[in-house]
Amino acid sequence: MIDFLGDVVAWFLDPAHWLGSGGILGRTWEHVQISAFSTVAAALVALPPAIWMGHRRRGGIVAVAVVNIGRAIPSFAIIALALPISIRLGLGLGFWPTFLALFALALPPMFTNTYTGIAEVDPALVEAARGMGMTESQITTRVEIPVAAPVIVTAIRVSAVQVVATATLAALVAWGGLGRFIIDGFAIQDNVMVFAGGLLVAGLAIATELGFAAFERRFVPSTASRSTSEDLLADVTVAPQHG
Amino acid sequence: MIELTEVTKRFRGTRAPAVDHLTLTITDGEVVVLVGPSGCGKTTTLKMINRLIEPTSGTISIDGVDVTGLEPHELRRGIGYVIQQIGLFPHRTVRENIATVPRLLGWEQARVERRVRELAEITDLGADMLDRYPSELSGGQRQRVGVARALAADPPILLMDEPFGAVDPIVRAKLQDELLELQRRLHKTIVLVTHDIDEAIRLGDRVAILSVGGHLEQYAPPEELLRAPANDFVADFLGSDRGIKRLSLIRIADIDLEPGPVVPPGTDVERARAVMAEYDTDWVAVVEGDRMLGWVTDDRLDGRSTIDGVDLEPFLTRLTPDDTLEEALDAAISSHTAIAAVFDDERFLGMITVERISREIVR
Ligand SMILES: Nc1ncnc2c1ncn2[C@@H]1O[C@H](COP(=O)(O)OP(=O)(O)OP(=O)(O)O)[C@@H](O)[C@H]1O
Ligand SMILES: [Mg+2]
Repeated sequence: MIDFLGDVVAWFLDPAHWLGSGGILGRTWEHVQISAFSTVAAALVALPPAIWMGHRRRGGIVAVAVVNIGRAIPSFAIIALALPISIRLGLGLGFWPTFLALFALALPPMFTNTYTGIAEVDPALVEAARGMGMTESQITTRVEIPVAAPVIVTAIRVSAVQVVATATLAALVAWGGLGRFIIDGFAIQDNVMVFAGGLLVAGLAIATELGFAAFERRFVPSTASRSTSEDLLADVTVAPQHG
Repeated sequence: MIELTEVTKRFRGTRAPAVDHLTLTITDGEVVVLVGPSGCGKTTTLKMINRLIEPTSGTISIDGVDVTGLEPHELRRGIGYVIQQIGLFPHRTVRENIATVPRLLGWEQARVERRVRELAEITDLGADMLDRYPSELSGGQRQRVGVARALAADPPILLMDEPFGAVDPIVRAKLQDELLELQRRLHKTIVLVTHDIDEAIRLGDRVAILSVGGHLEQYAPPEELLRAPANDFVADFLGSDRGIKRLSLIRIADIDLEPGPVVPPGTDVERARAVMAEYDTDWVAVVEGDRMLGWVTDDRLDGRSTIDGVDLEPFLTRLTPDDTLEEALDAAISSHTAIAAVFDDERFLGMITVERISREIVR
C-alpha cells in the first residue's frame, strides 16, 4: 500500500506526465473546456425560461417533470444515444456527444432550482414592487433575480461540479480530458495512472466548488441573512445528486 | 378625489362577490378608514384603486379620470402604497428602498438623495439608518421606512393596508400619532385599511364600515358613527362601549358648559350656601367677571356675613376647551366633587360635571 502511494507520488513528480498534448496540463485544459462550455450552454438555455416561469409562478409541474427526467436518464446512456446521432450529423466523435450528455446533465437542476428560487421570492416583495409602479420586467430584474441570486448561483455551482465529475466520460468517446488517464490506465492495467486520474478529477471538482464559493462570497449579497421574511431559501430543493 | 361607483369584484371560481356594488367617495386631503371583519373585502377594495386587482364591474376614478385609462405602472407611481407585510427589499439599503419610486421616475441622483434625507427626517428615522439593511431594523423602524418609501415621490394619494398591523400596541400608538402629525403637515388623501375599530376611530376623518361581501354598512365621521350607528351590525362592530369611545372625540369646546357653584365677590354667605345646595357641593368658587379668584369650603364661612376676606384656594386641575370629554371625565372623577373647571388661559369659561359628561355618553 505504501509502495502504491509512493508510486502515485512519483507519477505526479515525473515532469513528462505534466507536459505535452497528453500531459496533465493539456488534459486538465480539455476537461475544463468541455465542462465550462456545457455548463454555460445549459445555463443560457435553462435560466431564461426558468426565470420567466418563476416570475409568473406557473409551471411548477414542468419544473418537477424536467428534473425527474434528468434524474432518470444516466449520462452514460445519453452519450451512447448521442454518439450515432452525432456521427450521422457529421459532428464526429468526442466533443459533441460528450457536450450533449453534460448539457443534459446540467440543465434540469439549473432549471428547477432557478424556477423554485424565483417562484419562492416573498410575494409581499413582489406586491410591494408592483404596487410602487415597477413594470413586470423591472420586478424580475430589480427584485426577483437579486433576491433569488444565492439560489441561482447555488444551482449553477451544483451543476458545474457534477459536470466536472461526469466529464470524465468524454474519454470513452475519444475526447480528451482527465478521464483519459483513467480509461488509458485501465487499458494498460496501470493502476497508478488510474488512481492519479481519479485524484485529478476529484481535485478539479473541489476546485470548482471552491471557486464558486469564493465568487458567491464576493459578488452575491447574502439575502438569506438580510431577508425580512425569514427562511426565504430554507425550503428550496438542492439539486438532486446525479447517479 | 377618488370615486368608486357601483364597484363589484367577483374572484374567479367564487360564487359570492368579495365586493358588491360599492359606492364610495373620498375627498382630497381626508383620511378615510375602511374597517370591517376579516374577509369583508377591505384589501380587495384598496387594491382596486391602484389596479393590483381589476374590478369585475363598476368604475373607479381619480380626479374624474377613470383609472383604467392609464397604464397600471404609471398609475401606481402616482399613488403611495404601504402593504401590511411592509415588503421592504431585503437586498437594498434603507436609502435604496426609500428611493425606489424616484428612481423609477428617473429623478437625478442629487434630487433623490435630498428627498431621501428629507423623508428620513419626516418619518423620524436617523440618518445613520439609511445605510442599513431592512433586517437590521426594529419592527417600528421598518414600518417607518415603508411609509417613507410610499411618500417618496410625494404622491397626493396614499393607500395603506393595515400599516401598523405588524407592531406591538405601544409602537402602534406611537406610529398612529406620527401619521396624524404627518397628515397635518402633508394633507394627503389617505385610504387606510384596518380591522381595529379603535384605530379607525383614532385616524379616520371618515370611517367606512364594511360587512362580509363588501357591503357598505355606514360611512360617516367617527363621532357620528358612535352617536348614531346606522344598524345593529354597526352598533355591534363598534362595541358596547361606544359611548365611552365617543368621549375621546368630543372636545369640551363642542358642548355647553355650566356656570357651576360660583358667586361674585361680596355675595353674602346665605346666598353662597344656597348656590352650594343647588349644585350639591360643600364648596363655592368666587368669580369676578371672567376671572376665577379661587374656591372655599362651606365650613370656612361659619360666622361670616359675606364671602369677602376668606382665603381662597386655587384650582389645580384646569381643563381647556381643546381637551376631550375623556380628559374632562378623568379630571372630574378625580376631584372629589365630580366637577372640573375649564379655562381659556386665565379666562374662566365654566364648569363641567360628571353628570353632564354621562349625558353625552347615553345620547
Ligand atoms: N385572489 C383571490 N382569489 C379568490 N378569492 C379571493 C382572492 N383574494 C381575496 N379573496 C376573497 O375575497 C374576500 C375578501 O378578501 P379581502 O382580502 O379583501 O379581505 P379583507 O377584508 O382584506 O380581510 P382581512 O382583514 O382578513 O385582510 C375573502 O373572502 C377572500 O377569501
Ligand atoms: Mg386584508
